[in-house]
Amino acid sequence: MNTEVISVILILLVTLALAIPLGKYIARVYAGESTFLDVVFNPIEKLFYKFSRIDSAQQMTWKQHLVALLTINIVWFFLGMLVLMNQGRLPLNPDGNASMSPDLAFNTTISFITNTNLQHYSGESALSYFGQLTLMFYQFVSAGAGMAVAAVLFSALRERTSDKLGNFYEYFLKSCTRILLPISFIVAVILVFSGTPMTFEGKDTITSLQGETVQVSRGPAAAMIAIKQVGTNGGGYFGVNSAHPLENPDFITNSVETITIPLISIALVFALGYYLKRKKLAWMIFAVMTVGFLVCLIPTIYLEMNGNPAISRMGIDQTTGSMEGKEVRFGSAASALWAILTTCTSNGSVNSMHDSLTPLSGMFTMLGMQINAFYGGKGVGLLNFYIFIIIAVFISGLMVGRTPEFLGKKIEVREMKIAMLVFLLHPFLILGGTAMSSYLIYLHPDYAWLNNPGYHGFSEMLYEYTSASANNGSGFEGLGDNTPWWNISCGIIMLLARFIPIIGPIAIAGILAEKKYIPESAGTLKADTATFGVMVLAVIAILVALSFFTALALGPIAEYFSIA
Amino acid sequence: MSPRERKTPLFQRALVNEALKQSIIKLNPRILVKNPVMFTVEIGTAVMLVVCIWVLAGENSQGSFAYNFTIFLILLLTVLFANFAEAIAEVRGKAQADSLRKTREETPAKVIDNNGIITTRSSSQLKKGDVFICEVGDTIPADGEIIEGIATIDESAITGESAPVIRESGGDKSSVTGGTKVLSDRIKVIVTSKPGESFLDKMISLVENASRQKTPNETALTILLAGFTLIFIIVCLTLQPFSLYANTPITIAAFISLFVCLIPTTIGGLLSAIGIAGMDRALRANVITKSGKAVETAGDLDTILLDKTGTITIGNRKATNFYPAEGISEDDLIECATIASLADETPEGKSIIELAAIRGFRHPATLGSTADLTLGLPQSRIIKFSAETRTSGIDLEDRSIRKGAYDAIKKLVEKANNTFPADIRNIVEKISSNGGTPLVVSQNNKVAGAIELQDIVKPGIRERFERLRKMGVKTVMVTGDNPLTAKYIAEKAGVDDFIAEAKPEDKMEYIKKEQASGKLVAMMGDGTNDAPALAQADVGVAMNSGTAAAKEAGNMVDLDNDPTKLIEVVEIGKQLLMTRGTLTTFSIANDVAKYFAIVPALFITSIPALQSMNIMRLNSPQSAILSAIIFNAIIIPLLIPLALRGVSYKPIGAAALLRRNLLIYGLGGIIVPFLGIKLIDVLISTIL
Repeated sequence: MNTEVISVILILLVTLALAIPLGKYIARVYAGESTFLDVVFNPIEKLFYKFSRIDSAQQMTWKQHLVALLTINIVWFFLGMLVLMNQGRLPLNPDGNASMSPDLAFNTTISFITNTNLQHYSGESALSYFGQLTLMFYQFVSAGAGMAVAAVLFSALRERTSDKLGNFYEYFLKSCTRILLPISFIVAVILVFSGTPMTFEGKDTITSLQGETVQVSRGPAAAMIAIKQVGTNGGGYFGVNSAHPLENPDFITNSVETITIPLISIALVFALGYYLKRKKLAWMIFAVMTVGFLVCLIPTIYLEMNGNPAISRMGIDQTTGSMEGKEVRFGSAASALWAILTTCTSNGSVNSMHDSLTPLSGMFTMLGMQINAFYGGKGVGLLNFYIFIIIAVFISGLMVGRTPEFLGKKIEVREMKIAMLVFLLHPFLILGGTAMSSYLIYLHPDYAWLNNPGYHGFSEMLYEYTSASANNGSGFEGLGDNTPWWNISCGIIMLLARFIPIIGPIAIAGILAEKKYIPESAGTLKADTATFGVMVLAVIAILVALSFFTALALGPIAEYFSIA
Repeated sequence: MSPRERKTPLFQRALVNEALKQSIIKLNPRILVKNPVMFTVEIGTAVMLVVCIWVLAGENSQGSFAYNFTIFLILLLTVLFANFAEAIAEVRGKAQADSLRKTREETPAKVIDNNGIITTRSSSQLKKGDVFICEVGDTIPADGEIIEGIATIDESAITGESAPVIRESGGDKSSVTGGTKVLSDRIKVIVTSKPGESFLDKMISLVENASRQKTPNETALTILLAGFTLIFIIVCLTLQPFSLYANTPITIAAFISLFVCLIPTTIGGLLSAIGIAGMDRALRANVITKSGKAVETAGDLDTILLDKTGTITIGNRKATNFYPAEGISEDDLIECATIASLADETPEGKSIIELAAIRGFRHPATLGSTADLTLGLPQSRIIKFSAETRTSGIDLEDRSIRKGAYDAIKKLVEKANNTFPADIRNIVEKISSNGGTPLVVSQNNKVAGAIELQDIVKPGIRERFERLRKMGVKTVMVTGDNPLTAKYIAEKAGVDDFIAEAKPEDKMEYIKKEQASGKLVAMMGDGTNDAPALAQADVGVAMNSGTAAAKEAGNMVDLDNDPTKLIEVVEIGKQLLMTRGTLTTFSIANDVAKYFAIVPALFITSIPALQSMNIMRLNSPQSAILSAIIFNAIIIPLLIPLALRGVSYKPIGAAALLRRNLLIYGLGGIIVPFLGIKLIDVLISTIL
């Protein structure tokens, strides 16, 4: 078999091998059991609690959890606006980069606190080191907040009736200190030793082989790149993200960065199994996610390795695959793997230009984000998956002749209302946003947004809103997106798409947790069976396909057939 | 299903005519708005009507008038089909209710006042608390309770069961139902509810009432369907700017067709029919439900409490063996036992005579008339059972024969200074430990032998419990027997648990205990002392013969008084929920094929490349759209029989059931429309 394909398989197997023990560790952390890192973190966390006067033993209801989540996010929002709009005057700015415009600062702040990291700018020219460090802080806390709500979900799914679902600040702090920090540290060290810069000095000057002097941007990059990957953030230090030679120097760093994209998201699935003592359920969820992921990945690798038929017709050799927009040091298969992983997991970092993917590969990256639950973002991927489970349980529960129930809790009118609302939001934001911008372009063909006319231009707009709504952050690029229209519309979409899909599932889980627990019987639909897995997969496939089919038909599918 | 279920064809001419009329009346938007899915289809139909007029007025961007008008007609048909489904379910329920109500027509009532003066009044003028008299041949004018007398009553008008039943004052068999007929004797009855307002009347009106309340599960499903409808509103609305960008004009007819095809019209059109049909099926099984929710709950039951007698065992105990004492021949014992039982009217007594007959002993009296109280034994004196001696029997010229429980006979024998033989004592113990009840027979205060009485477990009941177990329902036997006997019968019948030496409070306790652990419990009862437990249970089925209090407390009434009815009720509930689930799945799965029919058709003129997506190779864009909406419309009437009959329930475990239904209705739902749409397209293109 092709070595490129073998390396893809190896990367996936190593990820799984790491995710299972990590999941066990995460379950212990959230359950409050002792771990080997207690020695280091117990005193640090105590200091935090003492300093902030938080009583970590206080049990919160689901509503209190959400209030806590929203409160800290509001504080971060104002802090972010303040820093980005004033960074030119603030310290740690050796390259003298200017402050951001209000609409760009709005977009960027929201982008980072929502764990989206959509970047309508290039880091090396638009941010000071202070700005970069602030954003790095957000990469930790936004991922930590997502994981904390997943911990609330874990707590709510236990076999009991209660409204006490743990302490949000404790889950949040532990997610940052005990999970994100150690993993990021390891990744950063690997990057530093592979050549990624980690310095506060300004631009370096080198003389190229042609004898010209070149200014090379650098900075505290390794630390930021590590958390960008680990926290499914994706906001690169440099404009071209992990395609940049200093951000992702070689195949080894590329493999490490690839593994860290889905690592915690997968580990959280296994953590759920260990936490609830329902390992079979975790494997069912993992299997459904993996099958869905592979359905996107395999054709993408195949298409990218086979090249673009339009280029083949020009007589250009494509034995290495479709290499437009890709880095030679990674190759087409590893780039395809990254493209699908980063879109399925809401990460959004890139190591190739997604605009240059062959049309159907572009469609699969969009599908990954439109589903947004095949591994998904830190914590929120599981929450999205939970909504699909609720819908699948409702339909299949009826099919076995009982009113629907999941893990011993009846699913009734209120839960269905919330689930449908959350499910509707994503297509509404993506299709609505794309429709509005399509209409604007139709009215004003002079807007220089689109680098490409026709189907591909449509795909660029569709991708941008899909990425914003999925809190992904990757760009199809080729879109002139640093304009007030795109900054503000994407900003609003990111906000809605971050918080409503957190509030909804937590509300459902919280309401269910307060309901009476019904023990399982032979007539109960078991959620941890292969049959139910097929059902969930079918619900995801049909619902998402039905929602986005028309848009995808006019974009990537039309483009595919027109160049085939 | 009950063997007594009245089998009627699904579509009777008279009912169909009425349903057709109703389906037009239901076009009224104010009625239709309760069904969000079909309401949006009606709006689409109205829009198409406007488009048709617009085209007639000279607009030429929307295609030909004939094409637009055809779409309008098909959409109208879609709504009518859905209305018809609901209407046919309603009229069938109503017809069933009417047949019950016929039994409650005006009848003269002989009202008796405090002074004993009898006046004849019409049944409709009866008030609660009135007392009336019924004699042989009278039809009982209203529901009530017997306060005096005993009578045999023909309840066939209600239960369809021709064998008459006995009702008497006091106890749990004191209730009579209006419309039934007194066959013998005379009873005095107090009216418990005004005719037309009885419990039964209220429930009948519930079944036929069009403004019935949606059950919680139905509401939740409606939300799911409304959500899917909203999704496609978004999809279709955003398609307009997309098509502007892509320079692809799309006609209004195409938009509306796409929308109507994608929203779940199949389940949306059939949903209320399914719910009504569920209650109707219960009614056909002669169970009247207070609410649709009770039927749903029945599908969810975890535990059901069943009385031993009549449910698990046949009526009462039966004699199964004679054990003569030492020195006495079996024939002598049989003769003694038979003579002692001749006047015994209890089922146990009768069973002794039956067993004796099987063994070849037939007393002359059993051949002749039972009216001869001397039983062909002159100078005999019958000793009735008394609580004091706890024995019964007969005194003849030279012998006195008694039968009774072991300790009662022992007392009798020892009082006469005779010893109780050890072999019989051993036999008595053996019978007890086998779950039987021993009776000892004495002649002249000497033990003659023992009779073994056994509970006979109903044939086939074990299999039914096994079926329930596979559904995940736990069965609990309630009996007054001692724990040892109870355990034996419980094992023999295959129930999961039992309550022995049960007092009415014990049932209540058990129900509460099960409910506390989150389980849903059902029970059946008839007595007044069952009423609290019936009210506490999630599904309480009262027997129609039971007291008014019991009927008020339960949420279902079984007209057949059949204690095994609970098992059927569970299946009806499961069927109802399953039918909803499978048709929802089918409806949503259908969308895949419809997309492949319509989406290429929408863009074919401006984006010829998308022709590759026309995998069904449909003839033309117009025929593709027509085929899809025609399929969408006719699938509704095609599925009406399934909606009314319900998807058959098989107790094969939840996972296997899901697998089966996913294959049939999920995979089938994907494949069938591909075939159907292609077929219709071929037909259309040959016609045009």
